[in-house]
Amino acid sequence: MKHEPIPRPAGDTRDHLIVIGNGMAGCRAVEELLARDPARYRVTIFGAEPLVNYNRIMLSPVLAGEKTFDEIVINGRDWYDGNGITLVSGDPIIAIDRDARTVTARSGIVMGYDRLLIATGSDPFIIPVPGKDLPGVISFRDMKDVEHMLAAANRGGSAVVIGGGLLGLEAAHGLSLRGMKVTVLHIMPTLMERQLDEAAGWLLKTALEARGQTILTGADTAAIVGEHHVEAVHLKDGTVIPADLVVMAVGIRPSVALAREAGLDVGRGIRVDDHMVTSDPAVLAVGECVEHDGQVYGLVAPLWDMCRALADGLTDAPSGYRPAATSTKLKVAGLDVFSAGDFSGGDGAEDIVLRDASRGIYKRLVVKDDRIVGAVLYGDTADGGWYFDLLRRGDSVAAIRDALIFGQAFASGGGVADPKAAVAALSDTAEICGCNGVTKGQIVSCIAKGAHSLDTVRATCKASASCGSCTGLVETLLALTLGDEVEAGPKTMCKCTSFGHDDVRREIVAQGMRSIPEVMQRLHWSTPDGCSSCRPALNYYLLCALPGEYVDDQQSRFVNERLHANIQKDGTYSVVPRMWGGLTSPKELRAIADVVEKFDAPMVKVTGGQRLDIFGIRKEDLPAVWADLNAAGMVSGHAYGKSLRTVKTCVGSEWCRFGTQDSTGLGVRIERATWGSWMPHKFKIAVSGCPRNCAEATIKDFGIVCVDSGYELHVGGNGGIKVRVTDLLCKVATEAEAMEMCAAFIQLYREEARYLERTAPWIERVGLAYVQSRLLPDVQARADLAARFVYSQSFSQDDPWAARVAGAEREHHAPMARFQPVGEMA
Amino acid sequence: MIGEWLDIGWADEIPVRGSRTVRVEGGDDIAVFRTGEGKVFALLDRCPHKHGRLSQGIVHGGAVACPLHNWRISLSTGEALGEDKGCTPVVPVKVSGGRVLICRASTLKAAA
Ligand code: SRM
Ligand SMILES: Cc1cc2nc3c(=O)[nH]c(=O)nc-3n(C[C@H](O)[C@H](O)[C@H](O)COP(=O)(O)OP(=O)(O)OC[C@H]3O[C@@H](n4cnc5c(N)ncnc54)[C@H](O)[C@@H]3O)c2cc1C
Ligand code: SF4
Ligand code: FES
Repeated sequence: MKHEPIPRPAGDTRDHLIVIGNGMAGCRAVEELLARDPARYRVTIFGAEPLVNYNRIMLSPVLAGEKTFDEIVINGRDWYDGNGITLVSGDPIIAIDRDARTVTARSGIVMGYDRLLIATGSDPFIIPVPGKDLPGVISFRDMKDVEHMLAAANRGGSAVVIGGGLLGLEAAHGLSLRGMKVTVLHIMPTLMERQLDEAAGWLLKTALEARGQTILTGADTAAIVGEHHVEAVHLKDGTVIPADLVVMAVGIRPSVALAREAGLDVGRGIRVDDHMVTSDPAVLAVGECVEHDGQVYGLVAPLWDMCRALADGLTDAPSGYRPAATSTKLKVAGLDVFSAGDFSGGDGAEDIVLRDASRGIYKRLVVKDDRIVGAVLYGDTADGGWYFDLLRRGDSVAAIRDALIFGQAFASGGGVADPKAAVAALSDTAEICGCNGVTKGQIVSCIAKGAHSLDTVRATCKASASCGSCTGLVETLLALTLGDEVEAGPKTMCKCTSFGHDDVRREIVAQGMRSIPEVMQRLHWSTPDGCSSCRPALNYYLLCALPGEYVDDQQSRFVNERLHANIQKDGTYSVVPRMWGGLTSPKELRAIADVVEKFDAPMVKVTGGQRLDIFGIRKEDLPAVWADLNAAGMVSGHAYGKSLRTVKTCVGSEWCRFGTQDSTGLGVRIERATWGSWMPHKFKIAVSGCPRNCAEATIKDFGIVCVDSGYELHVGGNGGIKVRVTDLLCKVATEAEAMEMCAAFIQLYREEARYLERTAPWIERVGLAYVQSRLLPDVQARADLAARFVYSQSFSQDDPWAARVAGAEREHHAPMARFQPVGEMA
Repeated sequence: MIGEWLDIGWADEIPVRGSRTVRVEGGDDIAVFRTGEGKVFALLDRCPHKHGRLSQGIVHGGAVACPLHNWRISLSTGEALGEDKGCTPVVPVKVSGGRVLICRASTLKAAA
């Protein structure tokens, strides 16, 4: 089978193996081959880089100043010489002639092979934005890139790293250690989203920000600009970030140009079989440039397995490559991040989550059929190797499941595998609650003195009352001390947490928490991203605590609030524009009539809230309907929201022979002041002009009944499932006082009621006397509440419809794609 | 020949912990979801309970809560979770080079 256009060295009868690529996989393959049969092949390696074989993954420590280039060389000159390998470095192969079995290098060398091994690795992906070719814009792949970065860092200034994955963050870390002001742009909402879940991504972002880096998530690059050299990066949202250096680390693509040119079978990578043989039996390929069974790779562990399979095949002992799970660690000193396997959950998969806010730890194991299938560790990665080993071996963890999350030492510690026994074994002086410095002895004595529930323990000795990470330990102590007599505590928010609504709200404010992932981490949520009960509640609590600052999480809203319309049983929506105080005009009525006809709405109806409801609108048509209503001056009526619904009025003194005050005008003014506000539940107001109460003000959340001498203010009414007549809050003399009291009452309700608790059950729970004590005696306290309401309203009185009409969140309204099935089905 | 997969767009057009729909003329829509971890799933956009639009629900973990009566439906099997019983047809989906592909045969079945 000899085929040798160029004469072989005299007397050498060995087959000639040419390796294209002097990188990690190419050289490792040769090492594996030498280990099996050092005499079998004559080896020549071509490398595009003018260097010997070095450890590419250690480029990050080189950049960070933790290693020198010499320390990351894997195989130096002596290795090539000692094994009789010819290295042609700094000279890339530019063509393969498979018929002649030759390769051609850029320098003009043509060389014949018996076997060819392609190990060209990957090319960095460059996002196609204007300015991508400016000097100062580089990638992070080889030693030359590191030298560029070091030179730029010497000059100082700002660096922008595009890409918040493993590579980007390692580049950012190195540059920041070298004194540059670093901004990381990441298009996704959380960092390293392919390796980390949202919770760990959030912790990582917080830690990097604490180290002085600026991290912008959801940042979409529009252009890189500069005259002769990069000067700034422009984002699609208009932000401009100055930059003396731009590092693009947004991903890699298998380097396949050479193979494709040579006519080999190429998909995303060079297609190989289990023995790393390409579509041409004389040509093999290994490393990041290959595609095996539809998969391409970007980490070294699988490449080592490929190299073994390749060497086995080349020495006639074929074994075959089998893909295995991989794990990742971020190489940034002081930040321990580990992830392995599949952590996307799915069916039958259960999460075991441990969060320890005081030590900055988050651990999550995904267990399926008693086996670990995925792991994400942040802050404490000591057990990463152990979990990864369990994962790869597929060992059953049934026996150690309860203690698994605490790590190897705890779970396999024989006698202490039972967490209850471990707690029982603790000494009385062992500290259980780190936040409040409470020992086991103190907790046990507090239980002995009558604290028979988690809540009473929290109230008496403060154990687990702060961050809550010791809740499990306190519960175990209760069980150990009392057996079955433990009293169930008040209801927790949902199954994701051991805290109740009030605890969560209090801690959000006390600890200044700013985002849903932060709350979940600090309060030890037991699920990775909550559930449909807690997410909307947390979103509301944060919105209420941080007016103007918190960015609403659309995915934590019920559909109606996300679509700003009411979903109907057939999947269409109903649209209710606001009619201030129940007043309307020919212009508004005409616009509504036009919409009904234009969009073929099957029904239009007067609601129980004194306005018109248009039914049967398709999700896609909502923005167009709103545009038409906006054009006539109408805004969203929030008939869908946990927010102010309507202000019902009666005709009042302007027309009615019994009317005592201008109830219609006051209703309009109140609606203008209170619309748009998000609340724990829906909120209804009515103003009646006299005690005949035609607006039914005494079954509203806030009701005003006008009398000759002023205004009676009523609260906590409900006309719904369980009718409740209002309580009289107080009586005031002027309209201004009535409006201030209304604002203060709403704010108290917003700040203190539990999510999905209307004013009626709230007042039944806390008592009318409490509400009066907060609103009546202390004039300043009332004014403060009202002022906080007015402040938060300054951010919430934009019509959500208008924003959508202008194009915001367009994706909610349009299908991604459409298909028209054609005849070929039959 | 028409391939067995239909390309419907980029994965990042689907909001994280959200969904988009694919309109199939003459049949039910298909709901395509992206979870917090970026995994993509597709189901018929029809709750096994009373045909709520699952695409409009809240996505959490590997499930979606139906917007009409809050049943939780598994994104990977379409089965109702917890006490509830019922199943929504799953549409095989894969992501290749950032593009989302859904199974042609299942998509057309939705219209049949
Ligand atoms: C449209 C309307 C019926 C009508 O045609 O008149 C209506 C329709 C719905 N009401 Fe109502 N309620 C309507 C006035 C009322 C009233 C009367 C009123 O406001 O004066 C009440 C009793 C007063 C009260 O709330 O105290 C009322 C008490 C309820 C309740 C029970 C609330 C309670 O606390 O007990 C619910 C269920 C809930 O909110 O959980 C409810 C829920 C609903 C929902 C949102 C059901 C749902 O969750 O999908 C209905 C939405 C239909 C739709 O798609 O538009 N609706 N609902 C009325 C809209 C008023 C408006 O202009 O915004
Ligand atoms: C900064 C950095 C940090 C990393 N960290 C990690 C980590 O922590 N863990 C991990 O598992 N992985 C990590 N990786 C990925 C890892 O380095 C790669 O998976 C590995 O190097 C791939 O090996 P390879 O041989 O396929 O490609 P490479 O190592 O890139 O080798 C390919 C070689 O072929 C050469 N070449 C290309 N075309 C030609 C041609 N036509 N002629 C001649 N030569 C050519 C290239 O110049 C290159 O030297 C990191 C990568 C980088 C860049
Ligand atoms: S009374 Fe019942 S059926 Fe009628 S609109 Fe209200 S919720 Fe729907
Ligand atoms: S239709 Fe989905 S829960 Fe009822």
